[in-house]
Amino acid sequence: MKNVIRVNNLHKIFTMGEVKVNALRGVDLEINYGEFLAVMGSSGSGKSTLMNLLGCLDQPTDGSYFLDDVDTSKLAKNDFADIRNQKIGFVFQGFNLLPRTNALDNVELPLLYDRHNRIQNSHESALQALETVGLSDRIHHEPNQLSGGQQQRVAIARALVNNPAIILADEPTGNLDSRTSIEVFEVFQALNDSGITIILVTHERDFAKFAKRIVEMKDGVIIKDYLVKDRLFASDLKNNHSDQDDL
Amino acid sequence: MKWNNIIKVAFKGIMKARMRSLLTTLGIIIGVAAVIVMVSIGEGAQADIEDQIRSLGSNMIIIFPGSSRSGGVHRGSGSFNRFTMEDVELLQKEATQIKALSPIVRSGGQVIGGGQNWNTSIYGVAPEYTTIREWKVVTGEFFTDKEVRSRAKVAVLGKEVAKNLFPNQNPVSENIRIRNVPFKVIGVLDEKGQNATGGSNDDLILAPSSTVLNRLSGGRHIHYIYASAVSVEKIGAAQEELASIMRKAHKIKPGEDDDFQIRNQSEITEAASESSKVMTLLLGAVAGVSLIVGGIGIMNIMLVSVTERTREIGIRLSIGARSSDILIQFLIEAIVLSLVGGLIGIFVSLAVIYVLNEFSDLRAIINPTIIFVSFLFAGAVGVFFGFYPARKAASLNPIDALRYE
Repeated sequence: MKNVIRVNNLHKIFTMGEVKVNALRGVDLEINYGEFLAVMGSSGSGKSTLMNLLGCLDQPTDGSYFLDDVDTSKLAKNDFADIRNQKIGFVFQGFNLLPRTNALDNVELPLLYDRHNRIQNSHESALQALETVGLSDRIHHEPNQLSGGQQQRVAIARALVNNPAIILADEPTGNLDSRTSIEVFEVFQALNDSGITIILVTHERDFAKFAKRIVEMKDGVIIKDYLVKDRLFASDLKNNHSDQDDL
Repeated sequence: MKWNNIIKVAFKGIMKARMRSLLTTLGIIIGVAAVIVMVSIGEGAQADIEDQIRSLGSNMIIIFPGSSRSGGVHRGSGSFNRFTMEDVELLQKEATQIKALSPIVRSGGQVIGGGQNWNTSIYGVAPEYTTIREWKVVTGEFFTDKEVRSRAKVAVLGKEVAKNLFPNQNPVSENIRIRNVPFKVIGVLDEKGQNATGGSNDDLILAPSSTVLNRLSGGRHIHYIYASAVSVEKIGAAQEELASIMRKAHKIKPGEDDDFQIRNQSEITEAASESSKVMTLLLGAVAGVSLIVGGIGIMNIMLVSVTERTREIGIRLSIGARSSDILIQFLIEAIVLSLVGGLIGIFVSLAVIYVLNEFSDLRAIINPTIIFVSFLFAGAVGVFFGFYPARKAASLNPIDALRYE
């Protein structure tokens, strides 16, 4: 199986006035189809920068990034927009849903920008994505009428509505309590089981154990890269939690 | 992105902030309504002025006797009467650009009739005079060429004369005496009101030129000649033709001054309609400024909206919107706002014009062109003032936009 992501010697330098910040100093990484990768590290380690580069939201200062065997350094601005639209789904810490817009319209949003008409019935697809995350009964609710966990699940539905190869999640449970977080990871693990590659940024070691592989970063380089031995499964934990609630 | 989707997104953007959208549009509504109402009032005024001028007589040309010269001394206009019936007949025979021509023989004096007396002006004219001045006879009839040839002692009274001499009866068929010469009244003219110089066009008596020339003025000279060109466009040609016939008739050698003057009313018409055009233009310009101010209002709100929706723009960019999608979305929002404003403005202006025409003395004429133009202009204002905020939105960096608090 081909690598979905191949990154060689990736550098990113931010220039803030006179000061140059080396956010990434030579990252090499390969991610295969169907992986569930957690990127860990303290703040300032460069994990979010790496995430933005992988998500084609930003371009590296140096190094190469092959996505699906396509050299992204040769692409134009509009091509990056199309990649974000077709190959990548984003889940953010702050949910980033459109306010005063119901769940269905929020989920349908990426399909409005689908230039290749890959998906014929956008309405149907949005409903299906909401069903996948278990929110079929909340489609006409606006974000402020939903709980944090529900909002994040709408965001996940939005990320998967265009059938992406990869879902990038930057601290997806940072604003959620632990129980809701487990619900969200349950969704991620189910999606990963269905074949979607998931890359997760987190600084909580407990949550990283939901992934299959962990990459630890420090000062702009990868210091550790290992497979998770004692992997956690959200569906089991959730049952345990409900047991505790019963007590 | 598909066009219907872009438009859908833009409409949703507008509808999500209904109050703000309405307030934004208000500037355009007022601007468009002001332009249409002002220009309509201006055109109404212009039409009023043109009507008034037309009432002076259609395409009228007046030939005055010019200044005579004796030994190098000019003696002023009208100092020497040199028009005769022969001049008139020659003009009638030879002029081709003229549809009617009439000599005017001026007289005046005390008129007695119906037990009353009244001092008024008497004009000896040809039957064509009514055509030239566009005057109508309300009761009775006007005299004919036959009566002119036979020097019949018949008279047509102006409304005011008729009212003064015969307050309670129909003057037609009654006899009057003008400076002791008996005349039979055969008609009364329609009321015409003031003339251009403020005098009355109703305080006069018209009689055949031959009769007045022989019985009242006692000379053989004609005071002026009125003519009517075949059309407005032919006034200049008619004037030149009349001049050349007159020069020939009066044996004026090339290089010598004319002994007559020819004037027409086009100068007055032009001056009057020119000034009302300027007024229309000014009114339109002032209103146009308010339309531009409305556009600035849109730009203002759109800029605020772009800042306020920075996060939304970041979200759209991160899920695959191209910069051009964002540009077009905001541009269409601005255009839709201004076009909807324009549409409402048109309805407001139509209502205002209706009220003006029904309940006030102002006359406003709706010009479909100005409605169309101001609607287009509103759209152009939307494009022009929407472009800067839209470009600002489109140029946002997705990461910065997402981080914006």
